[in-house]
Amino acid sequence: MSLLEVENLGVRIGAVVPVDGVSFSIGAGETFALLGESGSGKSMTALALLRLLPAGGRIGGGEIRFDGQLLGELPESKMRSLRGRGMAMIFQEPQTSLNPVMTIGEQIAEALPGGLSREEQRNAVVRLLGEVGIADPAARLHSYPFELSGGQKQRVMIAQALAGEPRLLIADEPTTALDVTLQAQILQLIKRLARERGMGLLLITHDLGVARHMADRVGIMYAGQLIEQLPVDAEAGLARAFHPYTRKLMAAVPGLERAGQRLAAIPGRVPPLDRAFAGCRFAERCPHAFGPCTSAAPGWSGLAEGHQVRCHLAEHPAAVRGDESAQPLEMPRPGQVPVLEVRDLAVSFTQRTGQLFGKKQIHAVDGISFELRMGETLALVGESGCGKTTAAKAILGLTPISGGRVELDGQQVAGLSERRFKPYRRLAQIVFQDPYSSLNPRMRVGDILQEGMAALGVGEAHTRGQSVAALLEKVGLDPDAVTRYPHEFSGGQRQRIAIARALAVRPKLLICDEPTSALDVSVQAQILNLLADLQREEGLAMLFITHNLAAVGYLAHRVAVMQAGKIVELGATRDILAHPQHPYTQSLLASVV
Amino acid sequence: MIRYILRRLLYAIPILIGVNLITFFLFFVVNTPDNMARIHLGVKHVTPEAIEQWKAEHGYDKPLFHNPEQHGIRAVTETLFVDRSIKLFSFDFGKADDGRDIARDIKTRMWPSLAIALPVFVIGIMVNITAALLMIFYRGTRLEYAGVAGLIALMSISSLFYIIAGQYFIAKLWQWLPISGFGGGIDGFKFILLPVLVSVAAGIGSGARWYRTIFIEEIGKDYVRTARAKGLSELRVLFRHVLKNGMIPILTGAVVVLPLLFTGSLVTESFFGIPGLGSYTIDAIRAQDFAIVQSMVFLGSALYILGLLLTDLSYTLVDPRVKLT
Amino acid sequence: MSFQPVILWTDALIWLLVLICGGFAWHIARTPALRASWRKVLARPMGMSSLAVLGVFVLVGLADSLHYRERLDNGQLDVEVKSLLDRALVPFTARNERTYSAPLATHAQSRETVQRPDGSTVRETPRLQFGGAHLADPQQDWLGDVMARTLKGLALGLAASLLFAVLLAVPLKRLWRCGFAAALVRLWRPQEGDIAWKSLLLTVSMLLLTCGAVASLAGGYHVFGTDKVGQDVLYQSLKSIRTGLVIGTLTTLVTLPAAIGLGLLAGYFRGWVDDFIQYVYTTLNSIPWVLLVAAAVLIVQVFIEQNEASFSSVAERADVRLLALCVIIGLTGWTGLARLLRAETLKLRELDYVTAARAFGVSGPRILARHILPNVQHLILITVVMDFSGLVLAEAILSYVGVGVDPVMNSWGNMINAARMELAREPIVWWPLLAAFSFMFALVLAANLFADVVQDAFDPRTAARGGKA
Repeated sequence: MSLLEVENLGVRIGAVVPVDGVSFSIGAGETFALLGESGSGKSMTALALLRLLPAGGRIGGGEIRFDGQLLGELPESKMRSLRGRGMAMIFQEPQTSLNPVMTIGEQIAEALPGGLSREEQRNAVVRLLGEVGIADPAARLHSYPFELSGGQKQRVMIAQALAGEPRLLIADEPTTALDVTLQAQILQLIKRLARERGMGLLLITHDLGVARHMADRVGIMYAGQLIEQLPVDAEAGLARAFHPYTRKLMAAVPGLERAGQRLAAIPGRVPPLDRAFAGCRFAERCPHAFGPCTSAAPGWSGLAEGHQVRCHLAEHPAAVRGDESAQPLEMPRPGQVPVLEVRDLAVSFTQRTGQLFGKKQIHAVDGISFELRMGETLALVGESGCGKTTAAKAILGLTPISGGRVELDGQQVAGLSERRFKPYRRLAQIVFQDPYSSLNPRMRVGDILQEGMAALGVGEAHTRGQSVAALLEKVGLDPDAVTRYPHEFSGGQRQRIAIARALAVRPKLLICDEPTSALDVSVQAQILNLLADLQREEGLAMLFITHNLAAVGYLAHRVAVMQAGKIVELGATRDILAHPQHPYTQSLLASVV
Repeated sequence: MIRYILRRLLYAIPILIGVNLITFFLFFVVNTPDNMARIHLGVKHVTPEAIEQWKAEHGYDKPLFHNPEQHGIRAVTETLFVDRSIKLFSFDFGKADDGRDIARDIKTRMWPSLAIALPVFVIGIMVNITAALLMIFYRGTRLEYAGVAGLIALMSISSLFYIIAGQYFIAKLWQWLPISGFGGGIDGFKFILLPVLVSVAAGIGSGARWYRTIFIEEIGKDYVRTARAKGLSELRVLFRHVLKNGMIPILTGAVVVLPLLFTGSLVTESFFGIPGLGSYTIDAIRAQDFAIVQSMVFLGSALYILGLLLTDLSYTLVDPRVKLT
Repeated sequence: MSFQPVILWTDALIWLLVLICGGFAWHIARTPALRASWRKVLARPMGMSSLAVLGVFVLVGLADSLHYRERLDNGQLDVEVKSLLDRALVPFTARNERTYSAPLATHAQSRETVQRPDGSTVRETPRLQFGGAHLADPQQDWLGDVMARTLKGLALGLAASLLFAVLLAVPLKRLWRCGFAAALVRLWRPQEGDIAWKSLLLTVSMLLLTCGAVASLAGGYHVFGTDKVGQDVLYQSLKSIRTGLVIGTLTTLVTLPAAIGLGLLAGYFRGWVDDFIQYVYTTLNSIPWVLLVAAAVLIVQVFIEQNEASFSSVAERADVRLLALCVIIGLTGWTGLARLLRAETLKLRELDYVTAARAFGVSGPRILARHILPNVQHLILITVVMDFSGLVLAEAILSYVGVGVDPVMNSWGNMINAARMELAREPIVWWPLLAAFSFMFALVLAANLFADVVQDAFDPRTAARGGKA
């Protein structure tokens, strides 16, 4: 008998049905991964299991059986004793998921089973902290969450989840908020603990690599439904996946082995979940959709032992069209003319110290140098806090520098006054990470795109309307977007708007600051393809800031690895990926799962 | 820590100077001592001689900033500005228009003010937190909805109504408590009860509503979900987690008024005949005694700045994340 | 009869405010995001009801803001400045009693020595000159008459309500593209996404019924009694509406430019600009508010007394003092909003869209106008509606302290202040207090409820709480 059996689970929030008819089971000691993009309903499924849905949400149907017990009939008091003891959960954001004003010792102790003496509690907490790899656990008991690093906090969260000796551990994107080098460690820890204790593990993730390396079986969710379930093959991984969505998703992940290929992008967007569906939910984006796909919802078909799929194609294999082999990507050849030269650039901030008027300097960027030519892409890789975004802002003259030179198109611009910098502003533009905070919600798209042109006097005022329409077409948006507001667009579309805004002043250098890390995999591929195309067409120089080494192989000619304000290694992409010299680069590469 | 306090105290000086300049400008430059004399003498008795005499009697007979009759440093020190502004810094408040020593009045009258204001403060916070927590506990139910509507209604009633209704029903009609007055010792307790009761009642509406929004905001945070996922009961989640975090803005918001409790409440004290600083001030305003009003402004500002300092210090006590540097 | 319009200072500013509000309404209609938020306000029954009540108060206040002086028969201008509202309420102004009388009373409140025709004197409560004067035998006829008048008034109110429903259905019929009857039905049973028309209808009906009954009774009685000098209390309460509204709204007119300007500047430019503005508002904040207002008002009072001659009428003098009060409260009250806006601007200026604008070399003032201001609008709106009720309540306190509006001006504060002394009388005179508190409560409650709904609709935090999946 399985530890957890979910049968036809549904969740409703008002008119929206984020989870619809989801069934799966997890055995004791088994790891099951729910894989899906944002909004696919995977987190809601997990919260529904614990009956912790957000305000307004309720379970709309189906059965959950845990250890043979039907949860739907349990009163709240019984359900409460199941939380922590039976099923425990680790959340995505370690920063906000711990109570900021309680010590970690108190918080873990709360989750321990009742009836322990103070001394026993203390010992149990110390033991748990030791198990999750916190150094000197006894000394850490009285630490507050703010005194710990992100990785340590997530370890505390894990200790807290283990405290009640649960039989099922639910981990909701446990490493998404962490730096790459930490991700692998935390995942290993979870996997080891689950194996040692024979716990079932429900892993919620959007990351194919994580799912593949961690799980025994994977369920893929799309638009509130589970569409495919398959065991992870020791060698082939998920290569036997059948559903067109799953296959597309796998082809959309930029990776070292895909350098020089176009990524498979899935056109369109996930359908809204506040209406009924007649056919397959993926039909309108599916390249193989045929007759029944739009009219009848597909049922489950078994393909192999433990491998099931919800797709009409499983019964009509003949309908599969076209080949899925990747198209080659033309990388532009870098020109000879340098667009950007950075020499010994340094940025430091002053921070107040304990002295009466004491201050100290924080060196965010500590003397970095590189150059960038027409049509070339340089990837600036590093973990959060390494100074890569500050460097970008310093190049654009958006933050005061403390030393060094920046030459744009041969002109020294570093340290210029706002007025004297203005003529060079159109040379370099930037695309930000978060497509939600990078567009003013109160401005129409047309005004957003024209703002730069007007401020920098690009083009004639009366032709700007036409330029805007052309830009929108270039980034793959409808011209009627001009009169609409940002909130009417999805994340990927917003990022297209942001790219169009940067291109509106015809820059020679485009700085992309993690332009895809807030986006789903399939959308990420669209944006990366778009950037590659734009670079080829416009001969842009691109400074591509990222924490994701995988994306680097796909796009960049050269890579600069940054750590603690300094560039520790710089070279051609192939060389660095194949033969990393600096230990930090090596550890970065090793942690890619 | 000591350094921090020192720095904050240094920062207080320009503010007090600013306050002093504002009040001095308002009271003695815009509204000249001549005007003051005219008001006090009444229309009938205004003659140039009478004005001069009144000014001399009350110490307003010096020039504002520069005394041409004196030499050297005294040309600057023998002025109204020094008398009425600089001296305040040494808490030398001078004399009121009726000749009484203001500093002494303040010293005797701040205790009755405190006797009312302190219980109002403490009981008020406790009542408001209790009301807010009750509503949080019953959130999403009709009870909460009615509670919120009730609070909005309570805060829509003028505070004067609470006082008048309290005096009329409790003191006059039912004669449970004396209508006004003040006394020392155990016996004085009965005088304090009604004003405290009325003031707490008048504050529930806005107070409990504010605390409720604080708690509501806390309860939507991720750590509350974590606490529930641990299997804690709703009461435990409320008291151990939500209350503890919510108390930070509540306590620090309350601390700022702590020193100001000495100055009392104008309206309450005057209605209930409490011989505190509130009624002292209101009498001074009605009598247009600028010396007292100015002293009270200075005192209030100084206490407010003290309150700001205490607020920062209280953060270090209730919030482990805050270290003052 | 001819007349000469008189435009008092506050009149001019009130109508300017009406103009500004009109401008905003136009702006809202053109901006989909704002329109959607306001739709949310109006879709809530509480929002619609409180808005309707506020609307009635505003109408009364506006009618009281059109002033004129009558030309007397001898060709001279009357010294008394009247308003359109006075004109509508002539029955009240013309029918003064001599002193206190209870609501709906036929006899005066206290005994007087009255001389009989035969020369003997008795102590009795004399009949009122106006209240119930039409009754032959008050003892017998009073109850019947009051009932009859109430019923008649209610009937009139009901008729007016029905008329209102019909008038409402006519434009809605067009909006919804349906028949008249269908529009009436939909008015009562709204469809998904409709504005809360039903609440509007119900609230207006309630108001019409009340007004009908009161107006009908007022034809023969003093519905809220009379005060010490025999003036109708209902009339005073109605006249006080304008005072309350003026203080609640004109003050913000003074507050907003200072609060917005300084708050945004401090938050955006930081550095010494921020230090200076923070210094100014900490200094202002540190002065006890009532004392600061009191000091300023005392000085204005002295100033007014000295320039007594330059005011052509009592109304003008009182008006200048009212305006001065608004300016004083406004100048001392901008710090809260400025602080809020500064904090928000500090956050917004770090957002990527502001950085993007800076990367285009967009100038500071333009960034403030295009990127910051539109994104703090909701805070300004919420603060303005929340402050309104506080200001109305503060007027009463200030009047009690003795630094409120001019003593001759009708205001709830002055009414309470005058009447609270009379609580000691036997039998007790409670009606002026009750009338003032009731009117004040109605206005403040409506404003608070409205503010609550506005906050829900405009505050992104509360919005996120409700519907985030």
